[in-house]
Amino acid sequence: MATLKELSHREDRLEGGHRLCAGCGASVAMRQIMLGAGEDPMVVGCATGCLEVSTSIYPYTSWSTPFIHNAFENSAATVSGVEAAFKAMQRAGKIPADKKVKFMAVGGDGGTYDIGLQSLSGAMERGHDMVYVCYDNGAYMNTGIQRSSATPKGAWATTSEVGAAQQGKIQKRKDLTSIIAAHGVPYVAQGSISHWKDLTTKAEKAFAVDGPAFINVLATCPRGWRCAYNKSIEIAKLGVQTGYWPLFEVEDGVWNMSTPSRALIKAGRKPVEEFLKPQGRFKHLFKPENEALLAEIQQDVDDYYEYVKNRCGE
Amino acid sequence: MAEQKTVATTGNLVVAEAFRQCKPDVVAAYPITPQTTIVEEFAKFVAQGRVHAEYVTVESEHSAMSASIGASAAGARVMTATASQGLALMWEELHIASGMRLPIVMANANRALSAPINIHCDHGDAMGARDAGWVMLFAETAQEAYDNTIISVRVAEDPEVLLPTMTCLDGFITTHSIDRIDLLDDETVTGFVGEYEPVNALLDTDNPVTHGSFAGLGGPYFEFKKSQRNAIDRSKTVIERVGAEFSEISGRPFGLVETAMMDDADVAIVIIGSSAGNARHVARELRAEGMKAGVVKVRCFRPFPAAEVAAAIKGCKAVAVLDRSESFGAEGGPLYLEVRSALYDLETRVPVVNYIYGLGGADVRLELMHQVYNDLSDIASGSALPGKMVYLGAR
Repeated sequence: MATLKELSHREDRLEGGHRLCAGCGASVAMRQIMLGAGEDPMVVGCATGCLEVSTSIYPYTSWSTPFIHNAFENSAATVSGVEAAFKAMQRAGKIPADKKVKFMAVGGDGGTYDIGLQSLSGAMERGHDMVYVCYDNGAYMNTGIQRSSATPKGAWATTSEVGAAQQGKIQKRKDLTSIIAAHGVPYVAQGSISHWKDLTTKAEKAFAVDGPAFINVLATCPRGWRCAYNKSIEIAKLGVQTGYWPLFEVEDGVWNMSTPSRALIKAGRKPVEEFLKPQGRFKHLFKPENEALLAEIQQDVDDYYEYVKNRCGE
Repeated sequence: MAEQKTVATTGNLVVAEAFRQCKPDVVAAYPITPQTTIVEEFAKFVAQGRVHAEYVTVESEHSAMSASIGASAAGARVMTATASQGLALMWEELHIASGMRLPIVMANANRALSAPINIHCDHGDAMGARDAGWVMLFAETAQEAYDNTIISVRVAEDPEVLLPTMTCLDGFITTHSIDRIDLLDDETVTGFVGEYEPVNALLDTDNPVTHGSFAGLGGPYFEFKKSQRNAIDRSKTVIERVGAEFSEISGRPFGLVETAMMDDADVAIVIIGSSAGNARHVARELRAEGMKAGVVKVRCFRPFPAAEVAAAIKGCKAVAVLDRSESFGAEGGPLYLEVRSALYDLETRVPVVNYIYGLGGADVRLELMHQVYNDLSDIASGSALPGKMVYLGAR
C-alpha cells in the first residue's frame, strides 16, 4: 500500500466545507476509502442520505470529482450505467483507449441493506467494475434515526422505541457483508473508520480488482448513536475490539480475518457492554430488568464473531 | 428522399432496428410483455457484434431507468424500452430523468396496468406518466413506431430540449402484428440522428460536475421546474422541425396532430394510437352515406398540441374524444381533459363527449366507431349528450 507520506499528498476528492455533523463517520470513511483509490480519475455515485444531502447543496458541491446522486435505492444501478457508458464509449473510440476511470457507488445502511439491496445485488451479479461502499451507521439517520435491518438488536431508534412493552429493536442485524460475499464477487471486506490503515488498504485492493467489490464500513453517527461527537473513532474502535464488528475480507472467495480482529482470538475480546455503554441508544439495556437481553446481545456478538472466525479458517 | 427497404415485420422488431441504427452507447432494459421482443432483438444485435452498445441486463425496470440515468449523465446515448408495470415501477426515475435533463429515448409498449392483471393494450401506463416531464409520441402503426423512434433521438438531444422522450406503440396490436414497413438504410438514419454531444458529462473527468444536487431549503427547485417547463414548451417547434426533416428523407408525413377528412367535418373523433385507423375507416364509410365525419389523431401527446387540436375541430358540431385510459375521479380520460381544455378558448362552443374504450385490450370493433359517430350525429342535430362519459362497448 501507499505510504502515509504518499497518502498525505493525495488530493481529497470530498473537500472540507460540507455540512455533515461534527464527528460524522461517513466523511471519515469517504476520505480513507478514496485515498485508497489511487490517482486515476473517479466517478462517485451516492444514494440519497446524509452524505449526499450534506455535500451537494446547489449551487455548491464538496466533490472535486464527478459525482452523481440519483435516488435512494439505486446508487449501484446508477453507477452500473456510468460504468457501462464508459466501456461502450471507449469501445466506440469516444474515450481514449488508455484512459482509466474508477467507479464508486456509496450508500448508507438504509440505502444498502434495505431499499437498495436489489439494485446492489444486481450490480454485483452483473460484474460491473465498481466499488460499492456502505457506510453503516445502523439506522436511517438522515430521516431521523429510524431502524434499518442494520440496526443492532436492542438499539433504540425512532421506529423501534423503548417502553414498557418493547426494549428497542427486537431483531438481530442482517449480515450484509456475507450476503454480498455469497455473490462470488472478487473482493468483499468489512472495515471500520477506527482502523484507517486497514480500511485504506482494503480500498486499494477493492479498486485494484477487475470487477465488482464491496466494502462495508462501520461509521459512527453521533446524533443517532447518542454519543459525543469527539468519541466517534473511539466507539467504532470498541465495535471492533468487542467483536461486534469483525474486520475481514473475502478475496476471490477466500475469507481472511484482518489483523485487528484476528489478534482478538488470543488477546480476547472486550465485553460488548463497552461498545454499548458510551451510546445513549443502548442506555435502557443497562437497567436491571434488561440483564437477560444484554446477555442475549453478547451471545449474538459471540456467535457472529465465531462464524466469521470459522469462515476465515481461524 | 432516401431509398428504402420494404419489409414485413412487427412493430417491436422495427423499434429494435431503429435502436440499432441510432447507435446507442448503452441500452439498459428488463423484460416485460409486450415490450420484450424489442430488447430480445437488441440482444441479438449485441451477440452478433452489430452494435457497440453496452447492454445492461438489469434486475428491474427501476434499475433500467436508474442505469439509463447514470449512463446518460455519463455522456452516453441511451435507449431503453418498457411497458405497463415496468413503466409504473420506473415512475420515480422518470421524474429524475427529466429533472436532470437527460435525453434518454424509451419505447413503451402500451399495456394495461394491474389489477386485475392483464397483458393487453391500453394507454393507462403511458398516461400515468404524462406529468413526468417526458416528450411523448404515440404511434398508430409499426411504421410510425419506427419513425417516431428515430425522430425522438434528435428531439431529445436537441440543445434546446434535452429531455427524455417516450415513444409509445400499442401492445400486441402494433408491437406484435406483422405489418408492411419501409426501413431507411443505416447510413441515412445514422446521418440523420448525428453524434450526440453531451453537456456536463460525468466522464469528462477533467471538468468534474455534480449531478442530482439538493435544491431544497429555499434553494432553486421552483426555478429548475420553470426551466423544465420552458424546455418542453420549446420542444414543440423542435419536434415539428425534426419531423419535417424526417418527412423529407422518408417521404412520410409527420404531424403533432394528423387529421383526416376534417376540412368540412361536422362530427369528429379525437383519438390516439392504433385505433385511429378504425375511426378513419368508419368515417370514410359514413362519408359515403352523407355524414361529414372526420378524425383527429394526436401523435404528440407531450407537449400537448392544444392549438392544433382546437384548430382542427373548430368548425365541428360535435366531437368525441376517445380515451384508451382512465383518470379515475376526473371529469374524463386524460385526452378528453386536454382536448376540452384546448377548446375553451374557441368562440363557438363545440359539444364534446368522452368515450373510454379498449381498456385491457377490449375489442375496438368497427360498430363501436359507428356508434360513436351516430351519437355525434344525434348531438349535432340537437340531441342531448349520451352522458358525460361512456364506456364504449362495455358488457
